[in-house]
Amino acid sequence: MKYWRVPFDRDKIDIPHGDIHINIDRCKGCSFCEEYCPRDVLKMSTNYNKKGYHYPDVIKQGECVNCCLCEMICPEFAIFCIESSKDTIQKGMKKGSNQEATS
Amino acid sequence: MTEVATQSKKGETKPKNEKPKAVLRDDYEHPMEIYLRIERFPHIWCATCGIGTVLTAFISGLEKSKLDIEKVTVVSGIGCTGRTAGYLRLDSFHTTHGRAIPFATGLALGNPKLKVVVISGDGDLTAIGGNHFIHAARRNLDLTIICVNNFNYAMTGGQAGPTTPMEAIASTAPYGCYEYPFNLPFLAESSGAVFVARWTALHIRRLTNTIAEALLKPGFSFIEVICPCATLYARRNRLGDGLDLMRFYHDNAIIKHGANTREVDIEYQKQIIVGKFVDIDKPTFLQQRDRFLKNKLGNQFIPYKEPVS
Amino acid sequence: MKADPVGVAKGSYFMDGDHACAEGAIAAGCRFFAGYPITPSTEIAERIAERFPKVGGMFIQMEDELASMAAIIGAAWTGTKTMTVTSGPGFSLMMENIGLAVMMETPCVVVDVQRGGPSTGLPTLTGQADMMQARWGSHGDYELIALSPNSSQECFDLIITAFNLAEQWRVPVLFMMDECVGHMTEKVVIPDAYEITITPRKFYRGKKKDFKPYKFNGHTKIAPMVKAGDGYFFHITGLTHDERGYPLINAEAQQTNVQHLVDKINKNVDKISIVEEDNITDADVIVVSYGISSRVALKAVEFARKNGIKVGTLRLVTVWPFPEKRIKQLASQVKAFIIPEINMGQISLEIERCAAGQAPTILVPHAGGWVHDPKDIFQAIEEAVA
Repeated sequence: MKYWRVPFDRDKIDIPHGDIHINIDRCKGCSFCEEYCPRDVLKMSTNYNKKGYHYPDVIKQGECVNCCLCEMICPEFAIFCIESSKDTIQKGMKKGSNQEATS
Repeated sequence: MTEVATQSKKGETKPKNEKPKAVLRDDYEHPMEIYLRIERFPHIWCATCGIGTVLTAFISGLEKSKLDIEKVTVVSGIGCTGRTAGYLRLDSFHTTHGRAIPFATGLALGNPKLKVVVISGDGDLTAIGGNHFIHAARRNLDLTIICVNNFNYAMTGGQAGPTTPMEAIASTAPYGCYEYPFNLPFLAESSGAVFVARWTALHIRRLTNTIAEALLKPGFSFIEVICPCATLYARRNRLGDGLDLMRFYHDNAIIKHGANTREVDIEYQKQIIVGKFVDIDKPTFLQQRDRFLKNKLGNQFIPYKEPVS
Repeated sequence: MKADPVGVAKGSYFMDGDHACAEGAIAAGCRFFAGYPITPSTEIAERIAERFPKVGGMFIQMEDELASMAAIIGAAWTGTKTMTVTSGPGFSLMMENIGLAVMMETPCVVVDVQRGGPSTGLPTLTGQADMMQARWGSHGDYELIALSPNSSQECFDLIITAFNLAEQWRVPVLFMMDECVGHMTEKVVIPDAYEITITPRKFYRGKKKDFKPYKFNGHTKIAPMVKAGDGYFFHITGLTHDERGYPLINAEAQQTNVQHLVDKINKNVDKISIVEEDNITDADVIVVSYGISSRVALKAVEFARKNGIKVGTLRLVTVWPFPEKRIKQLASQVKAFIIPEINMGQISLEIERCAAGQAPTILVPHAGGWVHDPKDIFQAIEEAVA
């Protein structure tokens, strides 16, 4: 999902930010999470898990907005989001780059 | 986050040259695990099956409804969806094929304080259990029915069922199905349901909201969830895997709240009308019974009370 | 525990077996009834429908017998005592969920007012041809308890026993009446509530997290139950399961589970079984009967004794589990067993098995529709001693 322009009040808005947790061995590789993540944070790994499925990798660490859609759509209860602490977000916001938010 | 990323599930440190990944932290568990019998996982559902997704929606809907989970009881019949009861950490019953609704009737009337939810498949609820379904709706029993419709009998190997669309191939319809399928929302509404909705496994947030709403709605509420079955329905019909079906839902589901249920038939690989179709108010079986008997019998009437242990 | 006085309609009545059965159930504490009308059991449902709103009971007429049986199992898990009634064709439909009740170890009572069969058969006339169906009707291996009353008074008394046995052994109890017993009007005395002993549901009292719905420790202990809605978050299934109630699909689990279901009844036959014996000690011939046939047999026995034949009677009050030990004992003493029953030979097979060639078993069959002519039974007795 992409904005056609940057909202005027972007710097005032507290964009929520999430940490994605993946229980790799629970995944059965349906790739629902990859397909429907609105920020394209996830990508199916080329590696296999214990069961022989490809599992998702977080490819854009800071982009997650904690919408929890991956958590909701995952049929295996293998992925979930937890909102990051405030500090991390503010640090990220100040730098003006979501990419660096958690680095 | 860096700390987290370098720790694996068991707390082992990963080789430094490997790219950091988000992994499960020891101090977090999946937020839905408190509602699950996680010791029974992994569940039996195939890869890219949508029933697990319906289960997450149910759990989120239950959380949203703020019902006392001690008083929520889940009943399932037999089939793939019939296994949902066994994975939920609630009072849960896995009954015989088709008899989930009458079993739930016993629970709901035996203890009117319970919120009884039936989660089962289309074959279980509307073929072998079809008679129970229409009569429970007619009586307006206080039940919430979540019917996961995957268009076939998946547990037994993909036989044609009451919802298999015409033309679709199933193991017992090798040349394509030539029977007229059920239009479940219409069936539910015409039988007397007070709340009727349909979503697909893709409409996960709307489904969650609808489940929360249905749980709080007194009377017979019915939610049909169209759900991908990759291993059988999609494979036999060359429709790809679960993700392809999800994409199909994305492109072909049309949200029409309040649509006339008469017009929401599902044809093979055509548009699927989804939304909340019916939401009316009507006294439930118990309200009706108690009011009626009180009128007729006066002081002689002793209302039913659930037993104490 | 004594009966709740609210449900006990103390007094002397002129009542048929069906009504007495309904009154007995209410006295026994049954407060949930689901049923579907079928002759000749309708009177029970009608009586319950009339009485339940006045005693705080829940009556529901379901859409069929499949649903009725499922509903009473569901309701039993809310802690209430439950019952359904039916006859032949409906009994066949209930078989599926009687198996479920056995598997889930759910106490409940199923009344079968037997009529002539097969199929629709003789809806308004008597029969005793469901006796083997009661034992073997549902698929798989299991044991349950079946009682057979022979009078209106006994319909009242014995249905209370049925409820008590169901609670004690966590098993569905079948109450095998027949059309004659159901429709025969006689004197029924309903005693004071304090004279009626009730076995209450045994509830689990321990820690919530330690609760297991089943105990597979042979035949020694029956696990206490809990109710839905009390926060135990238990799971119950019709699949083969472990003690937690979780499905377990393998041969060992099946062995443990089925062995338990069978053992808890089979190894406790002495505690469950009720037989009524008369003039057994010196008997050359024993007439074994149950239900209405036992009363017809009395006439023949009386006549035979007048003719100097030493006849004893044995009445099966509990037909299942079968009093195997007792029949084996008697088989070595007597010249023959005479078994009058209103079917083409069901319980006689069981007696033949237990007698194991020690004594001949003579069946006096009757296809149904009416009771035996006592002469036929007398004739069989005479032939046995000749």
